[in-house]
Amino acid sequence: MTLTATTSHTVGPYYHIGLTWLNREDLTQAETLGERVAISGQVVDGNGDFVNDAMLEIWQANAAGKYDHPEDDQAKALDPNFQGFGRVPVDGEGRFRFTTIKPGSVPGLQGSTQAPHLVVLVFARGLVKHLLTRIYFDGEPANAADPLLACVPEERRATLLAKADAAGHYQWNVILQGTDAETVFFDY
Amino acid sequence: MTDKPGYRRPQPGTQPDYLHPAYKSTNTRSPSKPLVFLPHSLSEITGPTIGADYLQDKDNDLTAQHAGEPQGERIIIHGRVLDENGLPVPGILVEIWQANAAGRYNHERDLHDAPLDPNFTGTGRTVTDADGWYQFQTIKPGAYPWGNHHNAWRPAHIHFSLFGPSILTRLVTQMYFPGDPLLAYDPIYNCVPDTSAKERLIASFDLEKTIPSYALGYRWDIVLRGRDATPMEK
Repeated sequence: MTLTATTSHTVGPYYHIGLTWLNREDLTQAETLGERVAISGQVVDGNGDFVNDAMLEIWQANAAGKYDHPEDDQAKALDPNFQGFGRVPVDGEGRFRFTTIKPGSVPGLQGSTQAPHLVVLVFARGLVKHLLTRIYFDGEPANAADPLLACVPEERRATLLAKADAAGHYQWNVILQGTDAETVFFDY
Repeated sequence: MTDKPGYRRPQPGTQPDYLHPAYKSTNTRSPSKPLVFLPHSLSEITGPTIGADYLQDKDNDLTAQHAGEPQGERIIIHGRVLDENGLPVPGILVEIWQANAAGRYNHERDLHDAPLDPNFTGTGRTVTDADGWYQFQTIKPGAYPWGNHHNAWRPAHIHFSLFGPSILTRLVTQMYFPGDPLLAYDPIYNCVPDTSAKERLIASFDLEKTIPSYALGYRWDIVLRGRDATPMEK
């Protein structure tokens, strides 16, 4: 039997009613293994205006590069104190901030290795279907060999890189639409 | 590590393009540059497992979350979550939210001049059973006006959010009611060209699920993306 996936529709402006109960802006616990990273930024539309009704969801591997999921059969240890899921709202000016750990490298297709990255889903009023993008870490040597970054036009790769400020705090923005800095989104 | 199968790509006409000018908000929020094709690696065929341990009593009964009963027409909504291969999807989180019977959301940004109902929040969640079934008891939401165009009204709908077995099966959508005259005019309902895909967003009246002298029953099945039979070749 072959069925067709149900059509996606927008979360609309009032998704908070149904979804904020599961907000998780700190993916870590005290015992979670790995290097803590704080990532913050802003969601901006094609007019350069902030988007105050967006929501991000984060999915990532643990510090060893292992996903807490049955499809990951790598011989790496799970971290009982890390699931790798976050649900991050934006504030009244479209700003978000979350804390997690820097994931390890995970396998890519055909024997490749992917650089440390987070999968990010973006939901908002006006997004009939959620967007999918990734956060990589600026300055990470493994980025040079990442198979997905290699598929992204070179001049756009920087939109996927979170950049650390002097205090070690990472900045990464979501530019939904724009002539220059529009974030790279993936056809998933 | 041997590559594992990815997920099927959408069938033409059944998933919306990001730019849908009739729905005005898409004009400044849709990407203008080409999307980059994403092969399905381990990062995509995995995803969060959020199951029954997250739930509390009454989470799936939106009529029983306050001291009194909400105003409106009591309804039961139930259905099955399947994947594109026809297999049930058990043990996954289903979240819903909706307006009250008067068409007003319990949300500070909803300024529609219709009464709030102190006995209705409009939030529900449940987890599918071993055969993929879910069920909610709630009240039928009202239609409400919005600012998209002159005299714009959203048809009565309930928002659904589902996870499924991977990050690629994540689905947020809306369920509608049969016979609603507003569907023809709604740019969100009409955001895909495929007529049968649109009609699959409409629940069907279910007399067998209807509880005599108490609540009307509706059936609405949901289909999540299914796995490919073989790993994708580069």
